[in-house]
Amino acid sequence: MRLVLRAAEATGATELIDVSGAHVDSCLYHGEASLDFVDRLVDGGARVGIPTTLNVGAVDLIHPETYRGDPRTAERGRLLMDRYRALGARPTFTCAPYQLADSRPSLGEQVAWGESNAIAFCNSVLGARTNRYGDFLDIAAAITGRVPYAGLHRTDARRATIVLRLAPDVPDALRDADVLFPVLGIVLGRRAGSAVAAIDGLARGQSEDRLKALGAAAASSGSVAMFHVVGSTPEAPTLEDALHSGQPNAVEDIGLAELRVARDQLSTARGDRLAAVSLGTPHASAAQLRGYAALIGERRVHPDVHCLISTGRDVLVSQPQAAGRLRDAGVELLVDTCSYIAPILRRTDGAAMTDSAKWAHYAPGNVGVDVAFGSARECIDSAVSGRVVRDGSLWGDA
Amino acid sequence: MSGVSGRALVLDEPLSLWGGMDPATGELIDAHHPQRGARLTGRVVVMPSGRGSSSSASVLAEAVRARTAPAAILLCEPDLILAIGSAVAEELYGVAVPIVVLPADRLAAIRDGTALLIGRDGSVKTA
Repeated sequence: MRLVLRAAEATGATELIDVSGAHVDSCLYHGEASLDFVDRLVDGGARVGIPTTLNVGAVDLIHPETYRGDPRTAERGRLLMDRYRALGARPTFTCAPYQLADSRPSLGEQVAWGESNAIAFCNSVLGARTNRYGDFLDIAAAITGRVPYAGLHRTDARRATIVLRLAPDVPDALRDADVLFPVLGIVLGRRAGSAVAAIDGLARGQSEDRLKALGAAAASSGSVAMFHVVGSTPEAPTLEDALHSGQPNAVEDIGLAELRVARDQLSTARGDRLAAVSLGTPHASAAQLRGYAALIGERRVHPDVHCLISTGRDVLVSQPQAAGRLRDAGVELLVDTCSYIAPILRRTDGAAMTDSAKWAHYAPGNVGVDVAFGSARECIDSAVSGRVVRDGSLWGDA
Repeated sequence: MSGVSGRALVLDEPLSLWGGMDPATGELIDAHHPQRGARLTGRVVVMPSGRGSSSSASVLAEAVRARTAPAAILLCEPDLILAIGSAVAEELYGVAVPIVVLPADRLAAIRDGTALLIGRDGSVKTA
């Protein structure tokens, strides 16, 4: 409770409100401080007071052999995951709790979520309300069921203050390609910082998977906790709705040149030498698993390439057919963790290719690998051929 | 405690401590950050805002435990994630990293390398 009050002080809130659920990120091991903190809670007899899901941890508990780092760190990471379970949280171990049918808060519901991509999805795509709850505060909110009434819990803070319009030179085919969304998210994060922006100029009814990729990228390049996509997110049926009928502080265009630069900056690898392909950041949805299975078809992963897909344990068991096809093709399926937060990759002596801007953003610093960013199709084709395969046609590359 | 002191490290872009700082060494490791390789330990880190991951609170607390943490962080907008990381570090290890919010013009006036004193009341003075 002391932490919740400290948070109220820091945000200037004068009252606390009830939250109906929590998503806790503190179960990922960052060093002994992680355990020192949870031990304090466990020793004090704490239990979560509201339904609580857990974010990824350091180890895939179902496939522990996938961990290739220091066994002591793995053991400490596993211990931390156990401790949070002992506090009464559900062992979901996914960064995409919104893909669990029973963990999707409804429009307007007040919750306390950690994990930057989940926060962005919760506010933007579900229309439920959370602030950016960092480690420690997320579990404090889960235990007390209370948070400061501040920021995005309040209606007025959810108004778009910036409008970002796709410029006329962005080709229609690119506007309707999955690969646009992670790249657009990087630009969104840079332009918006921590502000709420409304994106205008996309077809109505964009899929959850596209909005997920957009938000995960924006929360990596910026501190985006909420965005509107006009015609696709629930608080923005129209641009006027996103603006709460007010005037934006800025209206800016995003053109093809800026998107191409953002795309190119996601790749740090040079040449076409390929070591690994990592998909499923944030954790792949059921539809994405089926999509990856369909893309690879009857082909097999090249023997020199480590190809893996991260997903939630619950999503994985719901998709036995796609999972079977992918495993038969030589794809490793990883749950409970992710390949950019733990030493999972078998090889780092060539590019690691990904369709995730978030993975591309963090992997070079976290696991010391050079990244080649591409579409899901480019990633799968590369995994099969054993070298980085590109198709620049969507982007109007020469 | 009378406050903390350190030389300013003015970052050209916001930094997420998680994925951006190695708490074992205090080094800036974000491959996309222009100041990759800089050491944050003992410095008064100056940046417009925090960024990115909600795990940064843990990284800050772990850096305090490992004695690699910045002396203080100066921002121009409040950052709850860093504030909580600092509060937990104080609770567990008795050392807080002051997270101070300054008006943008004052923040912009701070030159890299300037020796600064951060008071317990959040005051920022040139040493």
